[in-house]
Amino acid sequence: MAKVLVVTSGKGGVGKTTSTAALGAALAQTGQNVAVVDFDVGLRNLDLVMGAERRVVFDLINVIQGDAKLAQALIRDKRCETLSILPASQTRDKDALTAEGVERVMGELREKFDWVLCDSPAGIERGAQLAMYHADLAVVVTNPEVSSVRDSDRIIGMLDSTTERAKRGEKMEKHLLVTRYDPARASKGEMLSTEDVLEILSIPLLGIVPESEEVLRSSNVGSPVTLAHPDSAPARAYFDSARRLMGEKLDISVPVERKGLLDWLFKKRVA
Amino acid sequence: MSFLANFFAKRNTSAVARDRLQILLAHERSSGSGESDLIAKLHREILEVIKRHVAVDQDKVQIKLDGGTDGRSMLEIDIEVPRLDSHTEVGHSA
Repeated sequence: MAKVLVVTSGKGGVGKTTSTAALGAALAQTGQNVAVVDFDVGLRNLDLVMGAERRVVFDLINVIQGDAKLAQALIRDKRCETLSILPASQTRDKDALTAEGVERVMGELREKFDWVLCDSPAGIERGAQLAMYHADLAVVVTNPEVSSVRDSDRIIGMLDSTTERAKRGEKMEKHLLVTRYDPARASKGEMLSTEDVLEILSIPLLGIVPESEEVLRSSNVGSPVTLAHPDSAPARAYFDSARRLMGEKLDISVPVERKGLLDWLFKKRVA
Repeated sequence: MSFLANFFAKRNTSAVARDRLQILLAHERSSGSGESDLIAKLHREILEVIKRHVAVDQDKVQIKLDGGTDGRSMLEIDIEVPRLDSHTEVGHSA
């Protein structure tokens, strides 16, 4: 049975698209069939982060409006054959997303894939509502920062009230993914700690992704960090998060960058 | 001393952030859709009961629900009534 997961946050710029790509690629590398779907109609970026921007022919809106079949719009990843992307439209606006159309496409995706990851647009309006509507579970991406936590709280409220599951009276499974975390600053009391964020939002923790240069380097070259730099600290955080999504029980820690002796010596000299 | 105060204030900005969020979200959650229906209903029905006996101004009724951090909520009802003497009584005793 396919699982539909929405990656959401309310606030923009916290790492929804990066996390969708990284989690999607991490799940796909375990052999699961994964589709990542961009719901950010008009401002698509998942294709760019995944390195598929020049292979887009048809998009989600084309499929919704019946101009293309789902199979024509899906782009298979060149590095990982169990991973596919369904891009959003760049030219249309979010009003082109219809509730019936999205429902039909999500139904088709459920038949083809083990996991469907929906990359929600920022905000709380139509696009974000439709991205979460059919989800079985949600990953709430939050930065340890006041405005992000406030917006996440609002989104958690919406997940519990405006989704299909909520309307059927069923429980929506929600997971917190803390991104751009700086353990050094948190321990100095300069940044909200993961414990603070968890206490405030009170949903279970999926993982802690440390702030890292590898994330930007990966998106520069159009590759999810879990494909481009699988040994890096953020990639390991995403791999562990993916395993937790598949039901494994793992202790949660903040992965640290592994440094070779040369790096270490070099750092010392510079300092 | 002010040097020390500065030192500690700087160290604990995350604690300030946490406290501000907790207060703000307690308020925002209570004004969320579900509970605001409840408050509107309470507002109307409490007002009906009081109106049977005392003439009150609709705008002088404040109802607030605060979600506490320890799992309890506080319902605050603040109603301004005119001085209770025989002239303001609107009961049907006559």
